[in-house]
Amino acid sequence: MPPPETPPVRVAPVFQFPARRTAPQPRAAPSTGQARFLPAGRRGLKIREALIHAALLGSSLISILTTIGIIAVLIFETFAFFRQVSLWDFLTDTQWTPLFADKHFGIMVLASATFLTSLIALAVAVPVGLLAAIYLSEYAPDRLRQILKPMLEVLAGVPTVVYGYFALLFVTPLLQTFIPSMSGFNALSAGLVMGVMIIPLVASLSEDALYAVPQSLRDGSYAMGASRAQTVTRVVVPAALSGIVASFILAISRAIGETMIVAIAAGQSPNLTLNPFVPVATMTAYIVQVSLGDVPTGTLEFRTIFAVGMTLFLMTFALNFLSYRIVTRFRQRYE
Amino acid sequence: MMPTEGWRRRVKRNERRFELLSFAATIVGLIVLATLVIDVLRNGLPRLDWQFLTSFPSRRPENAGIYSALVGSVWLLVLTAIVAFPIGVATAIYLEEYAEPGPLPQLIEVNIANLAGVPSIIYGLLGLELFVRVFYPITGGRSVLAGALTMALLVMPIVIIAAREALKAVPTSLRLGGYALGATRWQVVSTLVLPSALPGILTGTILALARAAGETAPLITMGALTYVAFVPELGLEGLRSPFTVLPIQIFNWVSRPQAGFHVNAAAGIIVLLALMLLMNAAAIVLRNRYQKRRTG
Repeated sequence: MPPPETPPVRVAPVFQFPARRTAPQPRAAPSTGQARFLPAGRRGLKIREALIHAALLGSSLISILTTIGIIAVLIFETFAFFRQVSLWDFLTDTQWTPLFADKHFGIMVLASATFLTSLIALAVAVPVGLLAAIYLSEYAPDRLRQILKPMLEVLAGVPTVVYGYFALLFVTPLLQTFIPSMSGFNALSAGLVMGVMIIPLVASLSEDALYAVPQSLRDGSYAMGASRAQTVTRVVVPAALSGIVASFILAISRAIGETMIVAIAAGQSPNLTLNPFVPVATMTAYIVQVSLGDVPTGTLEFRTIFAVGMTLFLMTFALNFLSYRIVTRFRQRYE
Repeated sequence: MMPTEGWRRRVKRNERRFELLSFAATIVGLIVLATLVIDVLRNGLPRLDWQFLTSFPSRRPENAGIYSALVGSVWLLVLTAIVAFPIGVATAIYLEEYAEPGPLPQLIEVNIANLAGVPSIIYGLLGLELFVRVFYPITGGRSVLAGALTMALLVMPIVIIAAREALKAVPTSLRLGGYALGATRWQVVSTLVLPSALPGILTGTILALARAAGETAPLITMGALTYVAFVPELGLEGLRSPFTVLPIQIFNWVSRPQAGFHVNAAAGIIVLLALMLLMNAAAIVLRNRYQKRRTG
């Protein structure tokens, strides 16, 4: 038997549409006549080259300015917010009523809703995504995989407002036939639909990790008399665990930041509860709610959305960073 | 120790079960997707007609249409492309063709990866503060220009990543050939590398714009309107006009209690999905035509 190839481990700190398995394609030669370099004055050329270099560098600095802009805006407005509301109240108050006369700013209320919807979404996306990854990487024939993978990616491309429509007007009525007491707005259907949306993210990144496990490990397992399912669950999945866990963490990050599904289907009533059948307001849904109303800029109500946004940003940033670290640090090398 | 016949049968059965389970997990998402599409088509298709496409929103669902939202979406996408494409491609060229390995390119690279993971609603907050408030004299507040700038920042990482992939695929021999003829770096990039990578770059850009077409949250956050009974006038003044887009109009209709508006939302979703399908198809056609030309 020829020695098995060991494909390079793809480290993807963010979700990308995978382009693996398509061989790098040679490019067309440019038409002749296009590539004619006129001997212009060398000094003029040099100046032009330097200017172009500077322009390209300047363009690429815009991405850094974007990050600085995001952090500066969030810090600026959040500081203004915390001059009026104490950080202690923000973290410990159990009510969230910034738009009422009796104002309370307990982020816990919104965070509980975000936690609840994300938990439900993960309960769908993690097992389904991982099993799909196992099927695509270990079982599916090549032809079938080439059809299934892009179709699965379509799930991630559907606009979230469409998922919101589906959750509110299809899934909720459907669930209500089984659970009549369930409210029209609830965390359950929003979370379930969000889970479906996240399946491709988990499946795609986990599959990359599984696929990167060298064939020799599988062969070794088979040589010990293990069956295919035993090999997958006891050898391949543990070997790819860092990549799989990283994909789960990115899925949490995605679920926390998801907006339209929860804004449409989970409601906009701040409730400190983990009951999936009643309306709740997530952090993102609150930002949407305030943005839709006519809250004047510069007021405390206006600043709350930046304080909530800051919380959201810190949470997703920490998760993305953690996922990146897990991939880079705990990656197993089999040489 | 020989395995017994019963043991062997049990292992076989478990094998079969596990494979079936993982296959079911693979297609369950597709079944949901099919259900979604059928549900939307069933509810929205009867409503979809010329009147729906050419009418402004209305308080009566049967008179309402998506004209202003459709025009707003087109405005937004064109402006987003004008801003995001040159900057994104320039960044990719810098990283792939110019930058020497060092701390700055690495910082830019890590930064782009990070930006791609920031929730889209955060970009809305950035747009609200920066483009709506600070740049008020230029953008005129919650205008289509402010929306497009916000959206351009949002899709920029996708454009950059796609453009880099396309540039990476250009063989080094092409560049070396250019240098051998005495060309400068920019001459090599502009006359040899870019034309070669352009189809790949365009494909990635179209896909990024398709993503932008479906984004709702950042535009709501930066203050796009939900009820617009006019379209931006063609010309520079139109840039400063308030606007709405298809996903926001759909969101507006979904959030209303009347069933008539839900039908409108379904019809709007069909238009939105058709628009995105069209863009994706354009990207695929572009790629395939290019591939054919290469092999031919």
